[in-house]
Amino acid sequence: MREIHVDRITQAVRDMVMDACVNLGPDMVRALDRARQTEKSPLGLAVLDEIVENAELARAERIPMCQDTGTAVFFVDVGQDVHIVGGLLADAINEGVRRGYRDGYLRASIVGDPFKRVNTKDNTPAVIHADIVAGDRIRIAFTAKGAGSENMGRLQMLKPSDGKEGVTKFVLETIKLAGPNACPPLVVGVGIGGSFDKVASLAKHAIMRDVGTPSHDPDVAAYERELLEKANQLGLGPQGMGGTTTALAIHVETYPCHVASLPVAVNIQCHANRHREVVL
Amino acid sequence: MSTGVPEPVRIRLPWSDADLRRVKSGDRVLLTGIIYGARDAAHKRMVEALDRGEALPIDVKGQTIYFVGPTPPKPGEVIGSAGPTTASRMDRYTPRLLELGLKAMIGKGYRTRPVIDAMARHGAIYMAAIGGLGAKISKTIRSAEAIAYQDLGTEAIWRFEVEDFPAVVVYDLHGGDLYTQNQAAYATLQP
Repeated sequence: MREIHVDRITQAVRDMVMDACVNLGPDMVRALDRARQTEKSPLGLAVLDEIVENAELARAERIPMCQDTGTAVFFVDVGQDVHIVGGLLADAINEGVRRGYRDGYLRASIVGDPFKRVNTKDNTPAVIHADIVAGDRIRIAFTAKGAGSENMGRLQMLKPSDGKEGVTKFVLETIKLAGPNACPPLVVGVGIGGSFDKVASLAKHAIMRDVGTPSHDPDVAAYERELLEKANQLGLGPQGMGGTTTALAIHVETYPCHVASLPVAVNIQCHANRHREVVL
Repeated sequence: MSTGVPEPVRIRLPWSDADLRRVKSGDRVLLTGIIYGARDAAHKRMVEALDRGEALPIDVKGQTIYFVGPTPPKPGEVIGSAGPTTASRMDRYTPRLLELGLKAMIGKGYRTRPVIDAMARHGAIYMAAIGGLGAKISKTIRSAEAIAYQDLGTEAIWRFEVEDFPAVVVYDLHGGDLYTQNQAAYATLQP
């Protein structure tokens, strides 16, 4: 059985965290460039220009592009033919977060208890979702998830009779309510189906996808295009200051569900869409 | 900045009555002078102090508060990334500070109706800095000092000396509301 030492995991997480917060990915750079070609509002275009300049400055001087360096969220796919040695997976990831946020001069934004609210000072613990998959590798996907956008997410258990129309209405209402608070232009993750817990996870998975990569399912991909077109007719624009670029992408993930249920969840990502993945 | 929008208005802080009246919703401004940084925990603590009849650690009369929690500075730097946080989380506390003469706030996103009404009553304005512009904004901060509630770390009260700090006026003294006006101009669909 293939062995992976926890030190490799910690190192990979540290490096990924530090890079993601200063180096906006090529998927987002392309999406913002496209938006600059099509934005109709002069103020909206000016905002997009500022966002691009900020990303360039962040990369050149290694300053976090946004001061909210987020909750560290991980999706980990562990191949069932790999053996992790030297410690626990979760401890290794948290140690990587601790070192990355310290060495990268990133903000510690986590409080240890939701009511007592005392900062843990090292941005741990991370939120970690782990799945067992085929193979002998470990795939670790990370996002530094800012709270301004995270706070504007919503989940609802719709009735099957609400159908696609009901889902569309819920998604658009959520984007409209989020407005400038969520720092548009947005990347919107939509989960549809599963259960109460599963649908939230689907929505989070959806924002981790590279922007501009459509769903593998042609029907879902068409629905993503429809939602994006409608979202950009809402008028919110960059930073909610009016315009035609409210969202850069809408990603939809679906899952089978109960005969009586139509769960929908919307997870919102801001334009500082910091995500990375590594395979060990 | 692109062409097609008016040049920003340069403002020297603290605000003069004339400047406060002059700026309108949608105006871009560049602020130079002193602003104070405070966010959730500092606001909570300030209002708790007022409830106990104590004085605040800063005199907010005539001043500008920026809702921010910066990243730590790298060695040799004044401050780390320092963009705005969502303003509406401060809405519960803001009216008390307006009563003490606070004249301007900088954050991002909507304010709720009671706060907008209180701003109108007390002659104060609200500006948005561009959310997620932390690196660029940090370059306009010449000095930064955590002057109170230092135990809150990034959530302390900060005193910033800024030069040409960029913001956009959202709610002005004349009933203007940038978000509502500009969104309506581009909306072709209601959910």
